[in-house]
Amino acid sequence: MTKTTKMVQWSPTDIKDELLKKYPPKVARKRAKQIMINEAVGADTSPEIVANVRTIPGIITMRGCTYAGCKGVIMGPTRDIVNIVHGPVGCSFYAWLTRRNQTDAGKDGENYIPYCFTTDMQDQDIIFGGEKKLEAAVIEAYELFHPKGICIFATCPVGLIGDDIHAVARKLSAQYEDCNIFAFSCEGYKGVSQSAGHHIANNQVFTHLVGENKTSPEGEYKINLLGEYNIGGDGFEIDRIFKKCGITNISTFSGNSSYDQFASAQHADLSCVMCHRSINYVADMLETKYGIPWIKVNFIGARSTAKSLRKIGEYFGDPKLIKRINDVIAEEMPEVEVVANDVLPRTNGKTAMIFVGGSRAHSYQDLFAEMGMKTISAGYEFAHRDDYEGRHVIPSLKVDSDSRNIEELTVEADEKYFKARKTPDEINALEAAGLKFKHYEGLNKDMDNGSIIVDDLNQYEAEKLVEILKPDVFCAGIKEKFSIQKLGVPMKQLHSYDSGGPYAGFKGAVNFYKEIDRLVGSKVWGYMKAPWQKNPELTATFVWE
Amino acid sequence: MLLRHTPTEITERKSLMINPAKTCQPIGAMYAALGIHGCLPHSHGSQGCCAYHRSTLTRHYKEPISAATSSFTEGASVFGGQANLLQAIDNIFTVYEPEVIAVHTTCLSETIGDDLKQIAHKAEKEGKIPEGKFVIGAPTPSYVGSHVTGFSNMVKAMAQLATPGTKKNGKVNVIPGWVEPSDMEEIKRLASVVGVDITLFPDTSGVLNAPLTGEYKMFPDGGVTMKELKDTGGAIGTLALGEWCSADAARWLDSKCKVPCTILDMPFGLNATDRFIDVLRTVAGVTVPEAIDVERGQLVDMISDMHQYFYGKKVAIYGDPDQLISMCEFLRALDMQPVHVITGTPGKEFERRIKEITADMPCEVNVKAKSDMFQLHQWIKNEPVDLLIGNSYGKYIARDEDIPFLRWGFPILDRQGHQYFPTVGYKGGLRLLEKILGLLLDRKDRDEPEESFELVL
Ligand code: SF4
Ligand code: SF4
Repeated sequence: MTKTTKMVQWSPTDIKDELLKKYPPKVARKRAKQIMINEAVGADTSPEIVANVRTIPGIITMRGCTYAGCKGVIMGPTRDIVNIVHGPVGCSFYAWLTRRNQTDAGKDGENYIPYCFTTDMQDQDIIFGGEKKLEAAVIEAYELFHPKGICIFATCPVGLIGDDIHAVARKLSAQYEDCNIFAFSCEGYKGVSQSAGHHIANNQVFTHLVGENKTSPEGEYKINLLGEYNIGGDGFEIDRIFKKCGITNISTFSGNSSYDQFASAQHADLSCVMCHRSINYVADMLETKYGIPWIKVNFIGARSTAKSLRKIGEYFGDPKLIKRINDVIAEEMPEVEVVANDVLPRTNGKTAMIFVGGSRAHSYQDLFAEMGMKTISAGYEFAHRDDYEGRHVIPSLKVDSDSRNIEELTVEADEKYFKARKTPDEINALEAAGLKFKHYEGLNKDMDNGSIIVDDLNQYEAEKLVEILKPDVFCAGIKEKFSIQKLGVPMKQLHSYDSGGPYAGFKGAVNFYKEIDRLVGSKVWGYMKAPWQKNPELTATFVWE
Repeated sequence: MLLRHTPTEITERKSLMINPAKTCQPIGAMYAALGIHGCLPHSHGSQGCCAYHRSTLTRHYKEPISAATSSFTEGASVFGGQANLLQAIDNIFTVYEPEVIAVHTTCLSETIGDDLKQIAHKAEKEGKIPEGKFVIGAPTPSYVGSHVTGFSNMVKAMAQLATPGTKKNGKVNVIPGWVEPSDMEEIKRLASVVGVDITLFPDTSGVLNAPLTGEYKMFPDGGVTMKELKDTGGAIGTLALGEWCSADAARWLDSKCKVPCTILDMPFGLNATDRFIDVLRTVAGVTVPEAIDVERGQLVDMISDMHQYFYGKKVAIYGDPDQLISMCEFLRALDMQPVHVITGTPGKEFERRIKEITADMPCEVNVKAKSDMFQLHQWIKNEPVDLLIGNSYGKYIARDEDIPFLRWGFPILDRQGHQYFPTVGYKGGLRLLEKILGLLLDRKDRDEPEESFELVL
């Protein structure tokens, strides 16, 4: 059966029913609200989806935990802070180098990313408490390395036995003046997904690091890049482009980042938000406390990169910068187009499914579109409703007991350091000209009518979707990779690319075109059946001539 | 220089572990459970642990690793996870239809004190376990032991399926320990060549090296069946390969089902394989066929042919105790010198065994259990070696110190092949030798000055 006849046979409602059919009634009811047939096109409001709710016990989920979001995603890519995981050995072990956060050790050469630090709690620590061991571990780390900062992360059992990691941090921070020591209560069970961990991490970084460096870095057009984690070198490519354009990136949160970058973030004049989910609140806080406006950008896809650069140009409004940005785009695009045109005959009309994180399932659709590929189904692993439906739903989000666990910081304008970068009139003028601030419309708007959007997709539904719609490529994480490939469909990892990258910016787009061309064109998918399996009946006897 | 902050000077550390040479219990339990046919491993705790264990196993075996979780949130952590597990059992049997669910705990559910037995019992009473299906369980608190302990605990749970008084079936139980699917296959092949009918458990061959066919089977054809497991009580004996991985299960069968057990080293290298074959033929009362002698002789031949390259070479090695013990013995059989040996898994006995094996070395061995790779790196800085052996994390040390590096152990995240080519038995020995030789000779070819760079070696 060819792909197209399958598509015709299955209406979106049928597909949804098929996904739900096997579940016990309670599970089916819950999942029904997280599986949505998109009707966003043309309408002002998109249908509501349920997101950021608990994972169903026993249903094989793609999600990780709060600790993974905090230590793994946000703090993992920071090179000159010693990250000590307080808990039994495993949690620390698994977050050790497994996200492909590349880093440049810089002039000072400080780089702890290849190291894994843990208190390796033993049963007596669980019984009698592990604070003493933690304290001793931090002292040992300080004496061995003398880092600028030490961060402490709590894992599940630590929260349960009630070790006061913050007290330990405070005490030692006071003891060592040249080392900033603080802690994260990011126990795995705290939230429903990694998302809670991003929030906990960002809050602490904002509280303990941002603003520490009082001297402003040099640079004419100073920005922060928020929500970029330098997986496979994405951040390097974006920085290369910024540099070429004359834009100074003061701090990336948190790919290829350093202590000093975080500490200087308040000196930027604009924040650019890549991954909306993991960090939109930091952009808000930077605006409230220091007066730095923010815009949503996307550096995944060559056209998106060009568009995002132009947005930055518009914001600063300096013709010199605008010209330079246009020159850079003009210089970079031809090479991108050569490759795009080369792959297009092979990729055009093909289909993709993307189920990743809390922004990538959206950002990568532009990149696929550049190759003529359509995303027929997508969803997030740990998004909230605003990532699907747009920021205007934020006021109506329900705060449930799991979200209530996560501290919300209340920030005010800093008496000394608040400086509105633009007057309200200037902002209004820019908005009138089409530049939108604090604006994100979410995934649904950009997907076709009738496409299937699924929150917290699980293995069973993934398999069904792939069987029914037979996409030409499926994007998710390592856990999903091989079950999808067993079905004869190539799978591209987009949380952490286990191979390849960068995929951001112009050079990244080129890499991605080539990678997808390779994947959808690989001969291996034609080898599933041996000749004798394709034609099992013996019709004639073979005669040796 | 990647580990540029590692100082040569060694200071005592009591509380901080840096670059562990072990990980936590549940991942071992999950791997073991995958060696049962039709089994879905289940992690009772918050979902992050399960996600991590699946990711690491997936990256190592390059195969889909299905496992469910109780997905604790704060509520379950305070009030206990019984409701979550009951719901999970129900959902799992309805949606995935496994033959058996093998539950292990995580730090969290252990700390709360959830009682797996009691919950499984309740599930049964409430009719959540369909007729003919099973829920088994093993406690795996990660603040005790290591991933090896977790493996051992799940294997013991498998043994406990045997009922005392089972009718004798003339088979021999073989518990292979934490080895690759390819190794399990090789152990089965060796036994069949010797002519001994064995029950291998766990058995991940066929499960974690399944073919690519365009079809996805959540439960591939391989694995030991529940029926075979129940029948282990009727075996004539049990061979447990590896004290850390396999002995507990074997001893349980011995004391509860009167199946006599012998604890052996894992059959890596010449001597340990010899002992394995010898015990196998003795328990089963058979004569070793000539085919085995030929395999053995080939390995001895290769050792003698290439001895000049092995002789006196210093090796640093880290990993799991059972594997290290046999590997160090093999290295000594080649007249190589394992000078630095560490494992993250606790056990004083480990240090004693390694000291015994290396007693005839011209120098002292640095050996430590409950240690870490930071310590190992410091030792190497102080006394350089010709070869480093261990899991993928060693590549950072190997690059910094410019040492040839053999990937062996768990996890290997950056190379393939271990799931297909065994390193146990005589054939496995040949493969190890070929790899080690390749590394040493590539190194020689790279470093030799032009005038002594020669075609014939
Ligand atoms: S909480 Fe325990 S079981 Fe879970 S990953 Fe950490 S060490 Fe392992
Ligand atoms: S892009 Fe995805 S994986 Fe990355 S931080 Fe955002 S949500 Fe997480």
